[in-house]
Amino acid sequence: MAGFIPSTREEQLEMLKAIGLTSFLDLYKDVPADMILKDGDLNLPSGMSEMEVSALMSRIAAKNKVYATCLRGAGAYDHYIPSIVKYIPAKEEFLTAYTPYQAEMSQGILQSIFEYQTDVCNLTGMDVSNASVYDGATAAAEAAAMCRDRNRRVTLVSACAHPDTINTIRTYSYGTNDEMIVIPEKDGKTDLEALKALLNASVASVYVQQPNFNGLFEDAEAIAALTHDAGALFILGVNPIALGIMKTPRDMGADIAVGEAQPLGMPLSYGGPYLGFMATTAKHMRKLPGRIVGQTEDANGERAFVLSLQAREQHIRREKASSNICSNQALCALTAGLYLSAMGPEGLKKAATQSMSKAHYLAKKLCELPGVEMVYPGEYFHEFVTTLPKQDEALLALEKAGILGGLPVEGGVLWCATEKVSRDALDKAVQIVKEVLIS
Amino acid sequence: MKLIFEKSVKGRGMQYLPKCDVEEVALPESLRRAEAPALPEISETDLSRHYTELVKRVHGVNSGFYPLGSCTMKYNPRIDEEMAALPGFTGVHPLAPLHATEGCTEVIETAKDLLTEITGMDDMTFQPAAGAHGEFTGVLLIKQYHDARGDKKRTKIIVPDSAHGTNPATAAMCGYTVVNIPSAPNGCVDLEALKAVLGDDTAGLMLTNPNTVGIFDENILEITRLVHEAGGLCYYDGANLNAVMGVVRPGDMGFDCIHLNLHKTFATPHGGGGPGSGAVGCKEHLSEFLPKSALMTGEEGIQVKSFAGNFLVVVKALTYILTLGKEGIPMAAKNAVLNANYLMRKIQGTFEPAFDRICMHEFVLDLSTFKKETGVSALDVAKTLIDNGMHPPTMYFPLIVHEALMLEPTETESRETLDWAAEVFRSLYELAHTDPDYMHASPHNAQIARPDEVKAARNPILKYQG
Repeated sequence: MAGFIPSTREEQLEMLKAIGLTSFLDLYKDVPADMILKDGDLNLPSGMSEMEVSALMSRIAAKNKVYATCLRGAGAYDHYIPSIVKYIPAKEEFLTAYTPYQAEMSQGILQSIFEYQTDVCNLTGMDVSNASVYDGATAAAEAAAMCRDRNRRVTLVSACAHPDTINTIRTYSYGTNDEMIVIPEKDGKTDLEALKALLNASVASVYVQQPNFNGLFEDAEAIAALTHDAGALFILGVNPIALGIMKTPRDMGADIAVGEAQPLGMPLSYGGPYLGFMATTAKHMRKLPGRIVGQTEDANGERAFVLSLQAREQHIRREKASSNICSNQALCALTAGLYLSAMGPEGLKKAATQSMSKAHYLAKKLCELPGVEMVYPGEYFHEFVTTLPKQDEALLALEKAGILGGLPVEGGVLWCATEKVSRDALDKAVQIVKEVLIS
Repeated sequence: MKLIFEKSVKGRGMQYLPKCDVEEVALPESLRRAEAPALPEISETDLSRHYTELVKRVHGVNSGFYPLGSCTMKYNPRIDEEMAALPGFTGVHPLAPLHATEGCTEVIETAKDLLTEITGMDDMTFQPAAGAHGEFTGVLLIKQYHDARGDKKRTKIIVPDSAHGTNPATAAMCGYTVVNIPSAPNGCVDLEALKAVLGDDTAGLMLTNPNTVGIFDENILEITRLVHEAGGLCYYDGANLNAVMGVVRPGDMGFDCIHLNLHKTFATPHGGGGPGSGAVGCKEHLSEFLPKSALMTGEEGIQVKSFAGNFLVVVKALTYILTLGKEGIPMAAKNAVLNANYLMRKIQGTFEPAFDRICMHEFVLDLSTFKKETGVSALDVAKTLIDNGMHPPTMYFPLIVHEALMLEPTETESRETLDWAAEVFRSLYELAHTDPDYMHASPHNAQIARPDEVKAARNPILKYQG
């Protein structure tokens, strides 16, 4: 115990002696003496055995409630995770390695990233993906930063994007003293007329989410056209499960595709670790932030993978780097790649179609209840907003039955369904809401 | 080995999902994909073997010695993983009602209490996902502080030339002009150089202490005092906290805010390059500026990432801290420093440290004289270490030492491992004098020979070409 330190007390003393010292304090002679903590100064609990810690942490975990059925999304989605996707990332070498600086010793990590980059390009229709960023919100913020140049500094962000994404882009913009303007919404979608009015020669990029925070499909192609006409770049945030069936961001006119890849095999985990993906066209390749893995040959002419295009990065460019990002979410990227290989094109399509179908089933059944109706018109994927009378009471009744209901949002409740929810569970949820409404 | 795409056979694949039990809905034509994404189609047997093949081509801390300076590659306890995999943590939706997430709140609050105690800070956020992200958050605290006071003339952040590249990159992301100051000959902050650049345009100083050459700056109190006197704030880069945790606190050194790398100091694994956690601590006067989730709190302050950060990483760090406790935390630091000094002295006499004095948890070898003598570079040495089953040290950093190799053995290595490592270094020193060409061509027995990085950059192949 005590720090996983192999050396015995005796060995420690011998090692001190071997370097000509007698006590640990001798090692800290540069530290002003009155600053050094004395025994008892540090107000921490005493160390515990593994057995005690395990029991304590398990007790803490048990204070959370895990719902059998999850009808809440809003940026965190409860999809089915194949068993193999849980096991492989737990292999110790994957866990305990670091950034593959030494290619000759890290081909496994490098290849896993290269495969992930290929997957992201295949999903989005783009030419180049980076090795990952922290999450969907930071991916959007980094993409906005990529688009700024000397003259064009303003980022326009749809009001229908995830609130955390909007706020993260706003924060990154605050960092560089740049302006972020919210494009108002109309009927739950980005207001195209308002967008037109906001576009001008100072706009660097437009960010829109597809499907958006309300679950609705935006008219992305029209937004792309308006954006490009104004000389700005179009960033599209997409749900990667939807990409199993949805037109690619490339085909919708995006210059940069970003998104939150948590749905690709990562559990909800109270919000993290998740995974931000970023992909773009060959034209903007050298502006991408973060690690990028490239294929090359070794001295024997064999295929090899390396960290590439490093001239963009902070350890080379310092204050002129495209971003300060260093560590990213490599193990999550490995997980996403693994998930996509396990599911395959058919499996991903099935997850997408079933999520959408179940959401539509739930919407239809809920809207048969008195006072419940869709708040917005239009096509939607696996989330939708309804009105809900007796909202708090209904959500509480669902909770008691082990169902996490939709998220209260402005105007009603934002519901979500995935392939993981059975028809029986959906019927049960609707029945519970019905009982509350007619009581 | 083959790529997963080269193992794909059309029509193969697994069925993990049942048949759809509701009426199927299709996307309207205008929103539909033109063709299915070219994902691999593969059996689970092949999938499992593919990743087993990959994992054999990875060197982790569990595989062997990994003295990658500045990265604190200590042993990662398995119990931390087991706790983070508890369904009571992994199954929690970030937007579940508060009464359903009391366990998560307890994890965050407990980790905050323990880590603010260890660092001497008053408050902390776990929203940042990595060290650089924590730096960004920390410098944004400084920016908001000055802005809230209407102090708009502070446009500069001071960064020593020994700093990690993330420091100047971060300052630039926060809209600051970076003022690089040269280090003194002993690798520490040159007080005169600092005084010369301090002024009413100073927003703050970013400092790593112990610094990147592995030395605790003995003038630390004077440094933070001077910055404060000029009206600036002091940011502590926690990359090297492992040397001093439980021994001396950044808060007591005069720092206003700090980031921690939970994946380094607190043993949550590095995951091949993340996920980490760049927890940011601050003194009370910066507390109001800490980031929050707009959706979770309904507030519109700053926010650097969605939700509450890499929560499971915090679970691992908390498990680790509770295991070590008040006895284990300082013992880990002291043994990290002891191991570094022991290894440095064992190697000395062949490769020479850049600074011949007691080091902290890491030390830098200066191979410039050695290279002049033998023609063998730090890179050649690093590559030959690979053939010996050792992960190379950090190379060519910090920039103030030429032909640098930076070693950080950590406290979780035994004396036998350190003796072995020193012996390997000594033998390579001999080899360089007898057969330098062998070292120029190293590695000889690795997964690959030296890759052509220039070709990779000039002719970028960044995805499978099919």
